[in-house]
Amino acid sequence: MQGFWRRFLRNPRVALGLLWLAFIVALAVGAQIFAPVSPFAIVAKPFEPPLGDFLFGTDSLGRDLMSGLIHGARTSLLIAIIATLAAVAFGTLVGALAGFYGGFVDDALMRITEFFQTIPSFIFAIVLVAILAPSGTSLVIAIATVSWPPIARVVRGEVLTIKSREFVQAAIVAGQRDIAILLGQVLPNTLSPLIVIGSLLVANAILIESALSFLGLGAPNLMSWGFQIGAGRPFLRDAWWLVTVPGVAILLTVLSINLVGEGLNDALNPRLRDL
Amino acid sequence: MGSARLLRYVVRRLLQAVPVVLGVVVLNFLLLQLAPGDAATVLAGEAGGAPLEYIQQLRQRFGLDQPVLVQLVHYVKNILTLDLGYSFRNASPVLPLILARLWPTLLLMGMALFISVAGGVVLGLLAAVWVRSWKDHVISVVAIIAYAMPLFWVGLMLILLFSVKLDWLPTSGMEDAAAFYEGWERVIDIARHLILPSITLSLFYIALYARLMRATMLDQRGLEYVTTARAKGLTEEQITLRHMLRNALLPVVTVAGVQVGSLLGGSVVVESVFAWPGLGQLAFQSLFARDLNLLLGIFFISSCLVVAVNILVDVIYLLLDPRIRVG
Repeated sequence: MQGFWRRFLRNPRVALGLLWLAFIVALAVGAQIFAPVSPFAIVAKPFEPPLGDFLFGTDSLGRDLMSGLIHGARTSLLIAIIATLAAVAFGTLVGALAGFYGGFVDDALMRITEFFQTIPSFIFAIVLVAILAPSGTSLVIAIATVSWPPIARVVRGEVLTIKSREFVQAAIVAGQRDIAILLGQVLPNTLSPLIVIGSLLVANAILIESALSFLGLGAPNLMSWGFQIGAGRPFLRDAWWLVTVPGVAILLTVLSINLVGEGLNDALNPRLRDL
Repeated sequence: MGSARLLRYVVRRLLQAVPVVLGVVVLNFLLLQLAPGDAATVLAGEAGGAPLEYIQQLRQRFGLDQPVLVQLVHYVKNILTLDLGYSFRNASPVLPLILARLWPTLLLMGMALFISVAGGVVLGLLAAVWVRSWKDHVISVVAIIAYAMPLFWVGLMLILLFSVKLDWLPTSGMEDAAAFYEGWERVIDIARHLILPSITLSLFYIALYARLMRATMLDQRGLEYVTTARAKGLTEEQITLRHMLRNALLPVVTVAGVQVGSLLGGSVVVESVFAWPGLGQLAFQSLFARDLNLLLGIFFISSCLVVAVNILVDVIYLLLDPRIRVG
């Protein structure tokens, strides 16, 4: 375990990623303190350029861009994390059942998983949000629905290899119930690949959320980075900062999560490091 | 391989695709059930201003007074006979609306697929040749950044740079409608409009394939056939280009085939940024008009498209790699 933390934290890419993530998480948690005024409130003239009274200027309605960025961090992270947790829970359930029981259950569940991997997932997410009506909950449902298949496949693969190991066979012989074996013996051993994929899914969830919000499918009462870009887009010619700044925020956040996720992967599987 | 066996393989793949297509139809039906109001109001385009008699007529036609299972059978039968309904917003049946938008999307996707595979393979190859040098690091850092950029934002940034600031390329559309170009001039005009959208759509995949290509190339280094080639006295250049490149290409082709669905999803965003008149923009417009039936039709047709392209990629793969035997 000590070796893991040393390998993980000594990686400069991980350190950079963690630094930015810590900053964003602090902003998201303390959004009310750092930006007490509602991000939808009109505070000044429209199109104030950056570095004036407001660090990143104001948008077409005179809303403070910085305040929107801070509250947007909260929206993006919250939706991405909840959606990923839901996807991990569902994917783990499907993968564990398929891998553990095999046979017909496995066939049926894997066909369904493949089906969800085949259909164009972003279009499916759009259809889902459009039908459920745009809201935070719809975003979470849509993102989770298109994100679980890779989790199910990985968990199934892990369960298949772990199932044949001696300690699991021993638990079966000892007469433990299926659910106890799954929860107590099998699933804890699938944790490390789950953590890696889960972290990369958070990055993906942020990208999906921002794209949906950009298309006007975001939660109407929540400020988000994708919404800011969508709102600034008609003024690209004259107010470049409205589109550029929130995009950089998305880029840096997704990049940081990817770096940390890859660092986790390297640290958990030291043998793969040379790839 | 004999053409009879190839044909048998294609037929088998088509049969395997049937449950997927049926699944999408059932999924569409379930989504319709989820929507507020009954299916008739949704099919009529909600606020689309469909006459009340039409809605009544729809209720009867879909048997909405009958059990859900009967409704499902009705729905499946309609879709499978390619009756995707009518869009009041556009005053046209859904199917021709979608088909008219198909080829611009195919053009954009095809171009993006080509750029991403070609760019990814070249960059990944170079990174593997220059492994652990500063050039390798530059490629990998650029790839990691490209991997994290939201598509729609890349598009807007490219517009800002190449259209607004430099004024080199057009901002939107597929051709200059006012110019009435014909023949080659029209082709060149469309090509100029195609540059920014296709680059936007391919950046993410260039990064993905470059990383994959680099990893596979490095994997190949230690394999026996490389040692054999080296023992034969081939130069490193010959080994890399004639032997390793061909083997490393296969995983990229596989992944490129798998990514077609996500490429189609990405094109929705890219088309709405560049006002590219394809399926994605139609989806975007139907969102705003709350024309759910049109949206479901687009989802159905694009799923069929993905299934078809997947089969096509598998067939190409089969022809490329003689080691794969058809069972």
